[in-house]
Amino acid sequence: MKRDDFLKHVAWTGTGIAWSLSGTGLFSAGALAADGGISFIQISDSHIGFSHPENPDVIGTLQQTIAAINAMPVQPSFVVHTGDVTHLAKPAQFDTAKQLLGTLKAPLIVLPGEHDVIGTSDAFFAAFRRSDAPQGWFSWDQGGVHFLSLVNVFNFEIDGKLGTEQLDFVEKDLAAQKSSTPIVVFAHVPLYALFPPWGWTTEDGSRVLAALRRFNAVTVLNGHIHQIVQHTDGNIRFATAASTAYPQPAPGTADKPGPLKVPSSKLLSVLGYRSVEIARNAATISDHSLQT
Amino acid sequence: MARLIRACPRRHIHHMNRLFTGLQIALLAVTLTAGANAAAPPLLPAVATVHIKDFKYHLPVLTVHVSDRVTFVNDDDEAHTVTATDTSFDSEGLDTAGTWQHVFTKPGTYHYFCELHPYMRATIVVLPAASK
Repeated sequence: MKRDDFLKHVAWTGTGIAWSLSGTGLFSAGALAADGGISFIQISDSHIGFSHPENPDVIGTLQQTIAAINAMPVQPSFVVHTGDVTHLAKPAQFDTAKQLLGTLKAPLIVLPGEHDVIGTSDAFFAAFRRSDAPQGWFSWDQGGVHFLSLVNVFNFEIDGKLGTEQLDFVEKDLAAQKSSTPIVVFAHVPLYALFPPWGWTTEDGSRVLAALRRFNAVTVLNGHIHQIVQHTDGNIRFATAASTAYPQPAPGTADKPGPLKVPSSKLLSVLGYRSVEIARNAATISDHSLQT
Repeated sequence: MARLIRACPRRHIHHMNRLFTGLQIALLAVTLTAGANAAAPPLLPAVATVHIKDFKYHLPVLTVHVSDRVTFVNDDDEAHTVTATDTSFDSEGLDTAGTWQHVFTKPGTYHYFCELHPYMRATIVVLPAASK
C-alpha cells in the first residue's frame, strides 16, 4: 500500500469541498467508548460484470483487494461489502462475485446496492441471504460495538430510502442500546444529504440520524459514490468508501456521476479498501489503495 | 407502508412472441449468418428510438401508436434501465451500448424512469392504432 498516493487522491477528489474534510484529519476518527476491541474491513462497489475502459478488469482488482486483506497479519473480525457487488444484478455476476469473495479468510457480510437489485432482489438474496436477516437488514453485537446493517436500495422509485418498516426496526433496535455503546452503521447509499442532485442521499435517513443522536459515538459507513468522503455531524462520523472497480467524479465536478476514466497508471491508486479498528476507546479509519 | 416491490418478482413483459414478418425473419437469418453476437436479439424496425445519454432520455415525451415498437439505446458509460412506473414494462439493466425494444399494446400515458438513477424520467404517450 502506498498510503501517500491515496492521500493525494483524496485531496484531489476533495478539492473545493470543505465538508468532505474533517477537522480531525482524514483518517483518524473521534473517540469511541469501546469496552472491548474489534477490527473489520469495508470493501465496496466491486461492480462485477462491468467491462469498460474505466476498468476492463474488475475481477482482477477485486482479487487484488482480497489478496491484500488475506495478507494482513492479523485477520479482521469480518469483511463487510457495502453493496453494488455486481454491475447488472445478473445471476452469473453474483456467481462470480460469490466465488471471489469466498476466498476471503475472514467472515463476510454483504449488503445490496441498487445495482444488485435491478428489477428484482432475487439474485442478490439467492447469493447472500442471511438466515438472521430475511428482509436484508439486521443488527448484532460484537467486540463491545453494536452494529446495524441497513438496506436503502429496495424502494421502487427512489434510491436512498429505508422505508417505514426498516425505520421502525432501527428505532426499536437502538432504543435497547446504552448511550455509551459505540454504534457502527452500514448502508450502501450515504445516509445524509451528501449530494442530492446526483441521488447521493437517503430520503428518509433523518429518522435514523435522530435515533443515533443520543449515543456518545457513531460511525456510519457507506459506499455508492466510489470515492472517500468523510463528514462529521455532531456525534456522528460519516465515511464513504472507495470502490474496488472504478472511481466517480467528486460531487458537482462533472455534469453527471458515473464511471470516471483516469490514466491506467493511476487506476489502482484510486481503488481500495478500508480498515476500521475500535480499541482503547478510539476508532481508527484507514483507507488503503491498491497501488503497490 | 414501505414498498418492497424489488423483493417481489416483477412482471417483465417482453413482446418477443409476436408474429414475425417475412422481412424480419430474413433480417434475422442474415444477422445470424453474418456471425453477429447471437446472444443479442436482432434489432427490428422501430418507429422511434430513444437514446439514453448524459443521464437523460432523449426524447422526454414520445408519442406513438398501439403496436408500435420503440427502441431504447444506452449511449452512456453508466448502466441505466427503462422501467415503467406502473411496472408494465422493464428493460432491466442496460449496459453501455445496450439496446432494448418494446411494443406498446395498450393506449395510455406511460411514465418511466431509471431504477439506478430514479431522477431520470420520461413519458411515452400511446395513441390508438393508427388508421391504415
